[in-house]
Amino acid sequence: MQLNREALTRAYRQMKLIREFEERLHEEIQTGEIAGFTHLYCGQEAVAVGVCEHLTERDKIVSTHRGHGHCLAKGCDLDGMMKEIWGSQDGLCNGKGGSMHIADIDKGMLGANGIVGAGAPIAVGAAISNKIDGPDENGKLAVSIAFSGDGACNQGTTFEAMNLAVVTQAPAIFVFENNHYSEHTGVDYAVGTTRDIASRAEAFGMKVWRGDGTDFFAVYDTFREVLEYVRTPGNGPAAVEFDTERFFGHFEGDPQRYRGDGELDRLRAERDCLKIFRASVTGAKLLEDVDLDTIDTESLKAIEDAVQASRAAPRPQPENVLENVYISY
Amino acid sequence: MAKMMYRDAIRNTIFQEMQRDERVVVLGEDVVGGNGTAGGPEAIGGIWSTSTGFYDAFGPNRVIDTPISESAIMGAAGGLALAGKRPVAEIMFADFIGVCMDQLWNQIAKFRYMFGGKSVCPAVIRMPVGAGYNAAAQHSQMISQFVTNMPGIKVVMPTTPEDACGLLRQAIRDDDPVVFLEHKFLYAMSGEVNEDPDFCIPFGHARLARAGQDVTIVASGMMVRYAETAADDLAQDGIGCDVIDLRTTSPLDEEAILDSVEVTGRLVVVDEAPPRCSLATDISALVAQKAFASLKAPIEMVTPPHTPVPFARELESAYLPSPAKVAAAVRKTLEYR
Repeated sequence: MQLNREALTRAYRQMKLIREFEERLHEEIQTGEIAGFTHLYCGQEAVAVGVCEHLTERDKIVSTHRGHGHCLAKGCDLDGMMKEIWGSQDGLCNGKGGSMHIADIDKGMLGANGIVGAGAPIAVGAAISNKIDGPDENGKLAVSIAFSGDGACNQGTTFEAMNLAVVTQAPAIFVFENNHYSEHTGVDYAVGTTRDIASRAEAFGMKVWRGDGTDFFAVYDTFREVLEYVRTPGNGPAAVEFDTERFFGHFEGDPQRYRGDGELDRLRAERDCLKIFRASVTGAKLLEDVDLDTIDTESLKAIEDAVQASRAAPRPQPENVLENVYISY
Repeated sequence: MAKMMYRDAIRNTIFQEMQRDERVVVLGEDVVGGNGTAGGPEAIGGIWSTSTGFYDAFGPNRVIDTPISESAIMGAAGGLALAGKRPVAEIMFADFIGVCMDQLWNQIAKFRYMFGGKSVCPAVIRMPVGAGYNAAAQHSQMISQFVTNMPGIKVVMPTTPEDACGLLRQAIRDDDPVVFLEHKFLYAMSGEVNEDPDFCIPFGHARLARAGQDVTIVASGMMVRYAETAADDLAQDGIGCDVIDLRTTSPLDEEAILDSVEVTGRLVVVDEAPPRCSLATDISALVAQKAFASLKAPIEMVTPPHTPVPFARELESAYLPSPAKVAAAVRKTLEYR
């Protein structure tokens, strides 16, 4: 662990913001105020933050239908995201995308995605672009990351993308977040007999890593190695599988009849990346509980402000439906 | 002006744009060819000879041979374009769109809209289309009906070498995603081409391939050739046809169609796609709705039947539109009283 106090504070703040963003959405969706489908990232925060804390705006990510965490971690504006989910004209995508299509190209966030497995080919295209641009003054390549779940690891697009990345030696990183559920089906059933996603990536000829996705420091330290490897010209792509947990259903409204007795309580008690982080940093006397409590309070306030701003934000007008299909037509 | 084949017009235009703009990159199956073989790179140069010499000129970073992975090709084109490049991707046969529809239809087409106008995706997807080679049901199809239906995609169907050049340069320089449908039967056809290195043809402007007062024939791609032959034959009998080459099916030059039908009052639409929910029905509906008062006869559609493309020569000929079928449709509209 080499993070200074400022970096630790920042990492916790990012994870906590994602957590409270999702917890609040879970509440607000019950009221019917938010339309459409929402897939919450709650429980997986350490992966998004442990990965994205290493990245710069030159680096690109492509996310999934469960994308809020990746977006926030990559620097998308919190208020803009909340307004987008509210369907406001002031949302990050002017209310055209919603939860599943949040993007901010300037931040290197090339889009959440409603199609499971669709992101990996797009990330490889961006990685080929990184390779064409070549290394920076320090001899390092910008990278492009495809976040995928254990569900997407069964899509042919993901396989095609991994192979193309190897063939073109593109600086792509496949981050597999194994939360053990492909929608409503268990990984024991859907990911063959091995349940091992990293081995699939390895079979394409790339170097792979594995890590505990509930431990921020495991993610952060593992991903530093992955990144160092892929940033080095000539090494090509890599993959990493993080074992993680999903605290809510596949989508909001999912009755989760597939969960075992007491499973969610146990996950919240034993596999909560925020609790694990807190125990780790306070145990090592790197941060005090009071520091973290302050961040907790500030995060709740930031979310409350975003919700209030979203409620007050202007709604799109019917004529807006015609905008931004083409640049010119 | 220089005389050249349609395929060379395409090859030369991409080559010139790659020289002009280093953001232009080419990717697809066997666009180089020979990688990983004893023959070595450049053994093929594209199975349509539309990327011959590219690899030697621009190297592996910008001329990317892909595995047989259409979804990865299409998706990578989208990712390259979002990241600021100008990819020209080749899907070897347009029929393979079935393998990679999601990356075109759900991704590339929709990025800008879904993202509230904050993305630019200047991808060009080249797809050879069409029948006539006895290549059967999975290597012969017209797909204009699918891609024209996709909001966010522009669709180009050049007929002449000159149009192939001017429309492709426009496609590469265009900031929106473009599907460029090259008819396999046109590759070897020759014509004069404007050699101005900035020669572009703007989208949404049809070309009047033949002029006449009696019947309007609307067509695109190879079907324009059939319409031209039919029109020339009919002219011998004193029947004059406007042949409107759409050039782009999205955007569609409605004005050119409607203006012509207002004069002729008779419309024949020629389309290589099956007859349901196609360009033929689309243009027929357009005219029925917006030029109803001008019509003197029912609209005729010359299309294949609602079947897959068959293999045997006799069957494929029966399937496809032809100059004779177009001429018969023209005569039928004229006989209506």
